[in-house]
Amino acid sequence: MDYFFTDEQKTIKDLARQIAEERVLPVRAELDEKEEFPWDIMNELGNSDMFRVFIPEEYEGLGGGCLELCLVVEELSRVCSAVAVSYAASALGCMTLMEYGTDEQKRKYLPDIASGKKLGAFAITEPTAGSDAGNIKTTAEKVEGGYLLNGTKQFITNGGEAGIYTVIALTDKTRGARGASAIIVEKDTPGFTFGKKEKKMGIRSSATRELVFKNCLVPEENLLGKPGHGFIQAMRLFDKSRPGIGAQAVGLAQGALEAAVDYAEQRVQFNQHIINFQALQHMLADMAIQTEAARALVYAAARHVDSGAKNVTEPSAMSKVFASDTAMKVAVDAVQICGGSGYMRDYPVEKMMRDAKILQIYEGTNQILRNAIAVNLRKRKARTA
Amino acid sequence: MNIIVCLKQVPGTTQVKINPETNSLIREGIENIINPFDTYALEEGVRLREKHGGKVTVVTMGPSQAEAALREAISLGADEVILLSDRPFAVADTWATARTLSAAMKKLEPYDIIICGRQTIDGDTGQVGPELAEMLEIPFVAYVSNIEEIKESYLRVRRMVEEGHEIIETTLPAVITVAKEINVPRLPSLRGIMKSKNAAITTWTINDLDVSEDMVGLAGSSTQVIKVFFPQRVSQAEMLEGNLEKQVDTLIERLRGANLC
Repeated sequence: MDYFFTDEQKTIKDLARQIAEERVLPVRAELDEKEEFPWDIMNELGNSDMFRVFIPEEYEGLGGGCLELCLVVEELSRVCSAVAVSYAASALGCMTLMEYGTDEQKRKYLPDIASGKKLGAFAITEPTAGSDAGNIKTTAEKVEGGYLLNGTKQFITNGGEAGIYTVIALTDKTRGARGASAIIVEKDTPGFTFGKKEKKMGIRSSATRELVFKNCLVPEENLLGKPGHGFIQAMRLFDKSRPGIGAQAVGLAQGALEAAVDYAEQRVQFNQHIINFQALQHMLADMAIQTEAARALVYAAARHVDSGAKNVTEPSAMSKVFASDTAMKVAVDAVQICGGSGYMRDYPVEKMMRDAKILQIYEGTNQILRNAIAVNLRKRKARTA
Repeated sequence: MNIIVCLKQVPGTTQVKINPETNSLIREGIENIINPFDTYALEEGVRLREKHGGKVTVVTMGPSQAEAALREAISLGADEVILLSDRPFAVADTWATARTLSAAMKKLEPYDIIICGRQTIDGDTGQVGPELAEMLEIPFVAYVSNIEEIKESYLRVRRMVEEGHEIIETTLPAVITVAKEINVPRLPSLRGIMKSKNAAITTWTINDLDVSEDMVGLAGSSTQVIKVFFPQRVSQAEMLEGNLEKQVDTLIERLRGANLC
């Protein structure tokens, strides 16, 4: 289907596909097996300017937006969702900076993200704050010379690997979520260490780790925007980043669909290729329909975000929910079509099925996002009543 | 450091079809690519520049379509590209190709090193590199798998030989052909691709080079392709009939008849 991309967008998509097929495909099973962070691939993506895609031109980027990011994520995820999320998390880690940072802050950090020299990471989740993101406990006490951070962040994507972290911490713990602020913390800052590296069901070569702050002093100029705005900054960030998870889901679904078609075309049972059976044909057709519908919604949401529209919560949440539910369903069906082989680790679809599940969970569980969509429906109804 | 890389655009397949009347490849419907061996030469050139500074100039001889290969070279890091394209250059053998390239090299003087792929995947001769060095009267090393050291007027390389490798020292300028063991070519960058789309491609015709028409192309070729054909598949297998004993007897008889036992 023609989505009317510009030449530049087509170039980005084509090159991302080339990298995925030439550099990621040969190693994806090994990366998954070893749970090894894909640094070689991250460097390759850096050399190919892929991290420049989402950074403004004045900070050594290519000036693209949400849609361009989605195109890269989708192509990477078609081959390996773990690689895709490691890439996307770097964008997530610097989006708050791009939105609320001063020119000086951007000049200091963005060029290194753009070149791929450093990865970014975003840290809000804590043991007591998942869906209830306002319930964070990590503090950033204002002291002489800056902020003193104490607390633990949990399940942080790119944790330990990223060089630049955007951390949400309480600068005023008496005010709860309204006392939260976004602060940049660089790796190797004294008092900042890494805790448990999680062993996951899927996206296993991506890094998911605890960040531990013990009297970690960061300079005052690392504060992003105004103190007390951290929670709302984080919510706005996710509004803009969720189509990226949608794109990750679309890529995964596409990869699973292709693997299922390949298998059904060569597998012979009852003296014929199993793709001849209508039971399978209808499954494959449904997978294709759902994947394409998810893709169309993700691109539309990404374009809505890039339009500068003020409220993007709804389309963004819809694209993430629909695409991730689709990815899960398509991956499960792909395993079903590949039968016993599909269940084996020698075939790619079992990994895709494991990788798919997280898409319904992170960056807002699909239940929380349905709540957000419903809130907007009720608000609209109240306004017209 | 002034680095020159020679490359050739070739059909992106080994499944070529031949036009029996003209003895030439049927190029319609076949995507052209940079000769894979030449991508290692380009990568090595770009790496040398990244390490030592300077400029990578890519030279190719071919029809106007070869411009696509040069644009790709820019996306992979080449600074400047030159297309040698003119009717008199056409249908050149390796000798006439090297002659044309050497005339271009003269024009590009002073240079430090010329890097070529070890051979093309279409002609497969591996001759243009050494011939070029001969014509330029500068040293030549083939099958280089590592550049050990390079500095002003001095080059030390490792080259692959049948059983192991040799370390060779030579003066610069020199011509080397590289083996695929030398590096892993990078993928293009987005900025490279965008730059390549609007980059100026310099084209040199015979009038730009110090050569006459009888030195280049078909006229300057010392070899000529008489015929290109697929070898006929001859199958001489014979199935022996009868029971096992009879088959063995027949086999022994045949082997004796052929003086093989």
